[in-house]
Amino acid sequence: MRHLKTAALAVSVSVMAMTAAQAAGHGGKTIKWTSQGDALTLDPHSQNEGPTTAMNGLVYESLVTRDPELNLVPELATSWEPTEDGWMFKLREGVTFHGGEALTAGDVAFSINRAKQETSDFRTLITSVTGVRVIDDYTVELVTDGPNPILPNQLTNIFIMDSGWATENNVVRPQDYAASEETFSIRNANGTGPYIITERLPEEMTVLEANADWWGAGQFPGNVTRIEYRPITNAATRVAALLSGEVDFVLDPPLQDLERIGNTDGLRYETVAQIRSIFFGYDQGAEELRTSNIEGANPFADVRVRKAVSLAIDRNAIQRVVMDGLSVPGGMVASPGVLGWNAEHDTPPAVDIAAAQALMAEAGYGDGFSVRLDCPNNRYNNDEAICQAAVSMLARIGIDVTLDALPRSQHFPKIQNRETDFYLLGWGVPTLDSHYIFSFLMQTGGSWNATGYSDPELDALVEAMLTETDIPARTAMIEQAWDIVQAAEPYTTIHHQVLAWGLRDGVTVPMAADDTPRFRYAVVE
Amino acid sequence: MFSFILRRLLQSVLVMAAVSALSFSLFNFVGDPVNNMVGQEASPEDRQNIRDALGLDDPILVQYVRFLGNAVQGDFGLSYRSKQDVSDMILERLPATLELVAVSAVIALVIGVVAGVYTGIRRDSWLSRSILSVSLVGVSLPTFIIGIGLIYLFAVYLRLLPSSGRAGVTDLGFWRTSFLTVDGWRAIILPALTLSLFQTTMILRLVRSEMLEVMRTDYIKFARARGLSDRAINFTHALRNTLVPVVTIIGLNIGGLIAFSIITETVFQWPGTGLLFIQAVEFADVPVMAAYLMFVALMFVIVNLIVDILYVSIDPRIRIGSS
Repeated sequence: MRHLKTAALAVSVSVMAMTAAQAAGHGGKTIKWTSQGDALTLDPHSQNEGPTTAMNGLVYESLVTRDPELNLVPELATSWEPTEDGWMFKLREGVTFHGGEALTAGDVAFSINRAKQETSDFRTLITSVTGVRVIDDYTVELVTDGPNPILPNQLTNIFIMDSGWATENNVVRPQDYAASEETFSIRNANGTGPYIITERLPEEMTVLEANADWWGAGQFPGNVTRIEYRPITNAATRVAALLSGEVDFVLDPPLQDLERIGNTDGLRYETVAQIRSIFFGYDQGAEELRTSNIEGANPFADVRVRKAVSLAIDRNAIQRVVMDGLSVPGGMVASPGVLGWNAEHDTPPAVDIAAAQALMAEAGYGDGFSVRLDCPNNRYNNDEAICQAAVSMLARIGIDVTLDALPRSQHFPKIQNRETDFYLLGWGVPTLDSHYIFSFLMQTGGSWNATGYSDPELDALVEAMLTETDIPARTAMIEQAWDIVQAAEPYTTIHHQVLAWGLRDGVTVPMAADDTPRFRYAVVE
Repeated sequence: MFSFILRRLLQSVLVMAAVSALSFSLFNFVGDPVNNMVGQEASPEDRQNIRDALGLDDPILVQYVRFLGNAVQGDFGLSYRSKQDVSDMILERLPATLELVAVSAVIALVIGVVAGVYTGIRRDSWLSRSILSVSLVGVSLPTFIIGIGLIYLFAVYLRLLPSSGRAGVTDLGFWRTSFLTVDGWRAIILPALTLSLFQTTMILRLVRSEMLEVMRTDYIKFARARGLSDRAINFTHALRNTLVPVVTIIGLNIGGLIAFSIITETVFQWPGTGLLFIQAVEFADVPVMAAYLMFVALMFVIVNLIVDILYVSIDPRIRIGSS
């Protein structure tokens, strides 16, 4: 009996030791974190959405990626260079998928083609790629429909899958929208990345453990070997989880709770300017506005009216009162960090009500006019409050604004269907290149250009910068295009968003302007 | 009896049809799911292709008939949001909601009956008065505030209980339960308490007023005259007679608890069907919303059916009246 007891004790001690070793991951550390939304799917090409890409980016890797300063750095490719027909990538050797299969050029070709399928949500990012040539096992050429100077920028979220695994599990295409059955890759993943999903309960908990065979093991400063992710929908609950010590890191604490986090012993928050500009758009192309008392004319068609709005908006007051200081007032639809941004364009005009009123009178609207402002209420930081502030600011120059604040699934269709006169929109730039802004927002017929703004000179420049490979010449084109846009004021920028993360002391996750936590750089003491 | 149940079942089918029609007419106003399904780079043609594939531009009546046709075969389609099978999603989440509802029903019943009897018998004591005023707070404060308040008190300041989530779950294969571990119980206390508060107050006040009424009746006076102990009078004679309406109300309110659990589950990140529904609403995920509303309607219909059947067997007057 006595022996039995000792044996049982010995077993339980060794079990405890084992669990402890597993938890600590042989000297590694665990990080527990939360944010609002869970990844919608583990399929790497199915959903181009923040939390989904963040989760898949831990498991899957792309040819090139970005470091916390958003510089392009090698990931599965070690080097790349433009060729006659496109871009040539040299692949990293000795990389294996979590299932044990070796990474070869065939997998890259397969994945690029998969991301180009009609059911892929990433295909618009790589429309310029017309084919993939496998040169040898570790060299691959992406053929483009003309020179594309920014192809590497567009590949940072195009994740590479194992072609054998995908074929075996019948997921050579991302799932159809009208499919009747879910596919294997929605809940299963097999990437080359630094972490492997060991437990996944959607909307509850996802546990990732370090991939011992990862090519980058030891090359990065991070020491996190286990990641526990718990999405928490409600903002107050999310903050409570940090305050109670249940999580180490909150990606998206509400701005009004930051002071509280900062004032709590052992917690802190960090901020960084985000690559996302918040601005008003005007329908300047319509003959007549839908929601205005002015008939037979469109006040927004006159650039003086748009400039008057810009002069009347007190961006500093919005920053101070609405945003609790957490925004960077701005004057252009590009945030610092985007190629083409410059300080001069981004300096907003000082508030000048008299000058604004004079411009309104010159344009023939000295008595003002009425219009409806369409605004989302659950998409950007304090979006509805920004619009409310603008309503009272515009009243000072005689513009009688009715606010229509709606959830995003009702707001954005108005912009896409061109059913709005005056609206709030935010724009992030994943490629960090101004072409992305011009082509969607300012080019004639751009898919998010609901303003009717159209300038042949700008269109020509945007087309030219698409294929110009001479970098200085291309940068000059971008500058020229911004000069045109800034003079025409098709949009009036309010500010650039500021990101805030809440962390426990002793936990360092390098902040990045794209709001993506990069755990390979994270250090837990 | 058989014809009674059959009649009830037919009425239930009508109720379900009405609920589905009503909810479908509301889906017109939830907005465009396609915008949430694709990234901002998607072209207008891509969006249109998805809309065509899902039949979103069809008249709402056509969409409704298509939905009904599939639903009758048990096919609720795939979620727009997660692309998973909707029936599976609801079934996976159901144990969490049902356990939460069960625990809060028990809390409401125990606290409600005990406090109701006490305040009914000792109506002038200071404890009765304070119970009644606290219970007023219970009905008048929104669930959201109560939930956040409890989180800050028990998780942030006292650090006794976890603030949110459903930890300590044991997977039995067909059912994932919180009831088998200490962590599971610790996680369920706060949300169950929050959810039960309104029901507790209601039961408390119902029991109290019933007690007050029963205590005035002749048979209680006679019992007292016979020299029975207070204990026997209060619990054997009085309480038993107050319980009939209480049981009915609780039965009917199980459905209400499931519906109320939407807010509680959101505050506590409780991974049940209510949280699923809220996320579906934000995404305009019509298949999940439709299936959830059908499911809640089904719950109400079943509970009502059971209560009706119980009524018939308890109260012969209904049986006589109906035939």
